[in-house]
Amino acid sequence: MVDMPILIREQRYHQIKALLARLRLDAAAKLVVLVEKDGQQIAVHGELGDLDTTSLASLVAGNVAATGGMAKLIGEKEFPTLSHEGDKESIHISVIGRILLVVVFDQRSSLGLVKLRSKQVSQELAAAFAEVERESALAKGAASLPFGEITDEEIDSLFMQN
Amino acid sequence: MTFINYANKEINCKIVYYGPGLCGKTTNLQHIYDATAPQAKGKLISLATETDRTLFFDFMPLELGTVRGFKTRFHLYTVPGQVFYEASRKLILKGVDGVVFVADSQEERMDANIESLYNLDENLKAHGYDLMKIPYVLQLNKRDLPNVVPAADIAAELLKKDEPVVEAVASTGVGVFDTLKAVAKQVLTELRRS
Repeated sequence: MVDMPILIREQRYHQIKALLARLRLDAAAKLVVLVEKDGQQIAVHGELGDLDTTSLASLVAGNVAATGGMAKLIGEKEFPTLSHEGDKESIHISVIGRILLVVVFDQRSSLGLVKLRSKQVSQELAAAFAEVERESALAKGAASLPFGEITDEEIDSLFMQN
Repeated sequence: MTFINYANKEINCKIVYYGPGLCGKTTNLQHIYDATAPQAKGKLISLATETDRTLFFDFMPLELGTVRGFKTRFHLYTVPGQVFYEASRKLILKGVDGVVFVADSQEERMDANIESLYNLDENLKAHGYDLMKIPYVLQLNKRDLPNVVPAADIAAELLKKDEPVVEAVASTGVGVFDTLKAVAKQVLTELRRS
């Protein structure tokens, strides 16, 4: 038995994107990414350039999982924020329940500002993701899943497309 | 855990390659990466030691194609096989949708296979998953080496249920895509059921 699928409906996705856009502006950040704790990217907003955000999401989740493991070893539940400061670019990660808020910023902003703005938006993001979880639970067993009636032929055809 | 985005029309699933040290997990991913068209794959990320042993995990996103208007993407992970990386191995299994167990067919690695499979079972249980119910494929790797155990004998030792068994030589790509297809098919079928 695997975990229940997470479904993001369009309206909820745009709501989350709007929150990320506001945070990016308020924090003077380059890029804001919302990631599920298992490494799946939920939404992204900002200067993407040629950045591979899928890999970023996976590494952020690995990073949080590893530091979470360290926290437990020393008797902490988890480390709620992580910061990595580089010469030019920096990353700040906030752990908000099951989601990770990642802010990439440069000299146009500061760690203090990013921390403050991340904290301010975290409640709204948590509420939006709680709705995502609620909607995912409601869809369980419903034929509304896009794969609900998928045929064996369609699955096979996926492997012919490459 | 499968992630379905209706706005982007995307479905993302997580597959983990598990097995003892040096069994060929990273080699499986490397072959998939090398043999896939650039537009269908992301970067292959390898968090490895200086001697190229997996330290934390390897990762690559692979886009298979479109079904019912949804882009289907598989996130492929490997775990570090070495026994002392237990803590990080366990972390990678979180949210898994399907598992490939890569067994090393050489006679002297049979004990390592058995130990690693037991470890997989335990680590899945720790996350609340059941190996008997999760999409799962057994790959018998390194079939080209001289000192291999007959496939039927390894299967008799390692088979957990009625999982597909694929004979492979990951270093040349033999059986690599058959393995991936076998696990991906189960993951999508499971999705249909849910």
